[in-house]
Amino acid sequence: MSTTAGLSPAPRTRGPVVATVTVVSRKTLVILGVLTLGLALILATSAETGETTFRLAADSDFVTLPELTVPSLRTAWILAAVCALLTAESLRRYVAGRPTPAWAVIAFAVAWMAGFLTWASAGGSVPVVGLLAGSLALAVPLVFGALGGVLGERAGVVNIAIDGQLLLGAFAAAIVGSATGSPWAGLAAAMLAGALVAVVLGVFAITYLVDQVIVGVVLNVLVIGLTSFLFSQVLAPNAATLNSPPRFPRVPIPLLGEVPLIGPIFFRQTVIVYLLYIAVALVTFALYRTRWGLRVRAVGEHPKAADTVGIKVNRTRYRTIILAGAIAGMGGAFFTLVSVPQFNREMTGGAGYIALAAVIFGKWDPVRATLAALLFGFASNLQGVLAVLGSPVPSQFMLMLPYVITIFAVAGLVGRSRPPAADGVPYQKE
Amino acid sequence: MKLVLRNITKRFGSLVANDDISLEVLPGEVHCLLGENGAGKSTLMNVLYGLYQADEGEIVLDDVVQHFSGPGDAMAAGIGMVHQHFMLIPVFTVTENVMLGNESTGFAGTLDADAARERVREISARFGFHVDPDAIVEELPVGVQQRVEIIKALSRDAEILVFDEPTAVLTPQETDELMEIMRQLKEAGKAIVFITHKLREVRAVADRITVIRRGAVVGEAQPTATNADLAALMVGRPVELTVHKDAPQLGDESLVVKDLRVVDALGHVHLDSISFEIRAGEVLAVAGVQGNGQTELTEALVGLQDHVEGSIKLDGKELVGKSVRRILDSGVGFIPEDRQADGLVGGFSIAENLMLNRSFRSPFVKRGALRGDALEAFAREKLQEYDVRAPDIHTHAGKLSGGNQQKVVVARELSRDLRLLVAAQPTRGVDVGSIEFIHKQVIATRDRGIPVLVVSTELDEVVALADRVMVLYRGQVVGIVPGDTPRETLGLMMTGERPKDVVA
Repeated sequence: MSTTAGLSPAPRTRGPVVATVTVVSRKTLVILGVLTLGLALILATSAETGETTFRLAADSDFVTLPELTVPSLRTAWILAAVCALLTAESLRRYVAGRPTPAWAVIAFAVAWMAGFLTWASAGGSVPVVGLLAGSLALAVPLVFGALGGVLGERAGVVNIAIDGQLLLGAFAAAIVGSATGSPWAGLAAAMLAGALVAVVLGVFAITYLVDQVIVGVVLNVLVIGLTSFLFSQVLAPNAATLNSPPRFPRVPIPLLGEVPLIGPIFFRQTVIVYLLYIAVALVTFALYRTRWGLRVRAVGEHPKAADTVGIKVNRTRYRTIILAGAIAGMGGAFFTLVSVPQFNREMTGGAGYIALAAVIFGKWDPVRATLAALLFGFASNLQGVLAVLGSPVPSQFMLMLPYVITIFAVAGLVGRSRPPAADGVPYQKE
Repeated sequence: MKLVLRNITKRFGSLVANDDISLEVLPGEVHCLLGENGAGKSTLMNVLYGLYQADEGEIVLDDVVQHFSGPGDAMAAGIGMVHQHFMLIPVFTVTENVMLGNESTGFAGTLDADAARERVREISARFGFHVDPDAIVEELPVGVQQRVEIIKALSRDAEILVFDEPTAVLTPQETDELMEIMRQLKEAGKAIVFITHKLREVRAVADRITVIRRGAVVGEAQPTATNADLAALMVGRPVELTVHKDAPQLGDESLVVKDLRVVDALGHVHLDSISFEIRAGEVLAVAGVQGNGQTELTEALVGLQDHVEGSIKLDGKELVGKSVRRILDSGVGFIPEDRQADGLVGGFSIAENLMLNRSFRSPFVKRGALRGDALEAFAREKLQEYDVRAPDIHTHAGKLSGGNQQKVVVARELSRDLRLLVAAQPTRGVDVGSIEFIHKQVIATRDRGIPVLVVSTELDEVVALADRVMVLYRGQVVGIVPGDTPRETLGLMMTGERPKDVVA
């Protein structure tokens, strides 16, 4: 054996370059332009008139914000004009060879969405608080899943099995919660279930070097099959004793819960949601500021380098994905302990895959991934709210919305992002 | 700290990588381990560093027998390693890399970055390294990255430092600086093991030399030994260190490159307004430190780069914008710099690899079907002609040694009717015997009246083959000089400086 044959190939040294010409992608500009035109087209061809009311207050607010009523079409046109201005700015920067800044994209998204909502709910009223609070509710499992995904991939393990972890978590929470009568026991069971899926993933992906994507997909299918089978054979016949878990009650936080707009959205929630806030903060802090995080990131970037400084690569990866699985499992518990107090077949509806998209859209960063997951949650909820409002858009079309937004976000706006260098690559000592 | 390796034997299956090797390194001494690629030097050091477990023998530090189950143990015992391929995490800062695995922490495992940063500054100042603790490693030049590796070892109080082929990626100037650093470390009482196959460097810093061949110690030598003696010891027979070649018979200007500019997908400009020409029967060697645009130049010549501006004319015909296949069909032979990634298909047989660039028509393909007998006859002939040591033409190319793999690539590229040969790092990681052979083939190609472009980061190779030398630095031509230009001048030019008497 030659001495270098077994070593991992040397990374191509990127030498000094003469200069860098910025190659600005046209993608963002094109997407903004198309969306602006689309909105203008909708408005131009629409006969909707009347006024739109935005309800900013929840029912039990301490301080009640007044309702905001605006003439629908005119306001929508103004917002469309704002979109056009932002697109023009993007064009100006593109011509000057500079990328579109994030603030412009965010401002565009807000203006476009507001304009669309104003038009879509002409003659009616938009429950702003309900819309946003509902978005958060739909986003909770996504955020937990995305956090788990970020952790795993930062350690170099691609986890396609997030959906399986959510589903098994939901299942375990339902059955244990029902049997014990305690939502806390259900939550603990969900975390264990998520971790269990992670262990199986680890055994195949880390120890036996099986392709991680394949293991993940197979695990998802396995969990679907397992829970569906047990549901029809065990849960459905004994629904009263095994599939009627207690729910976590809403616990408003004093003071914070009274803040107009913010309070009802963020601080009149269940314990799981508060745990989510803590989890996001803790994971972010731990990943960037602690020894543990430094080592996790090291094994995900360059496992051999980590090995040569005495870090046990595979042990670190196992620990990280098991923790990640437990976090994702908590997201599963949200389905059965908060959303719907019973387990159903395939009740995650592919949330794990959306969470995976949030990981990529969030560029493998816990905070960004959380924001991405919130955006996807908003898209899902928007569809529901618009259906209720009786908007002119066909509801079947609206069902696509969350997925369309996901694709646009991941493909179009994410820009060039770099995953951890050893993401998905099993580490094998020679 | 005194290091003794006693009767180390390491086997991989039936292959004995280290055969009963003993070695002693004293504090304040540079002990050089000299041997060819594949002689077993790195295996030995990986045993020392705990990455491999020896099958027999023991490692003794200050008369205490050690049992390393991993690099962590070796480091704790005071062994530090500067790896050939840096073991640094590119996206981390210098400080993060230095503290990784050895972190000082505060409350709840929080990193004490300030203490680590201070440590980097302190070591950096002590040895005059000039390393910014907060720089991102991938943005640093390789020479500085190597110093980060050294700091990493020193921050763990290493008493024994192992340098594994440290000069492979350095400029001649950076190499000189490294030699100076080694002397400093030696004076600070560190024991240094210096692994290399470059004779010049050995004689510059070594106090003792141990030569390894095929996994076994074949002798010790003094730093005063001649290059020829060392080379003979290393290879096991007398070696011709120089290539015999006659004065070139120059023809017309065959390859004319004008204002070549290459940009990659990220917008980095790798080559900027490069102009040169090669005459028929001439070798133009491109010198420069790796990563200064050589890869992009060779790839642009064969059509592998996407964003190419300017003109490449071969015998009057424009090549820019043509497909790779049309360029190859117009008579360009290409020996890529990474034979395993770009030169061969490891899972194909030698015979199949020999026809990769002629997979479209005769003689090996007839009406879309392979002609096995023609291919086999051809492969047998080439195996003989190019001295490829392989059991059979059906042996998988991936199973051959580096030298034999490279001979297969060379055989394939030279077996066509060529009008230009582009050879990128033709002898990288190849044994001395194969180097001799490949060099002879390159010169023979030249003597058939074919223009040859050789890219090499090894100054020895440049000097051996070149009729003229073009030096690249940061994607630009520093100068084109005659082949007999002194090495010092070339070394200087590789850092981007143009000596006064050189015209661009």
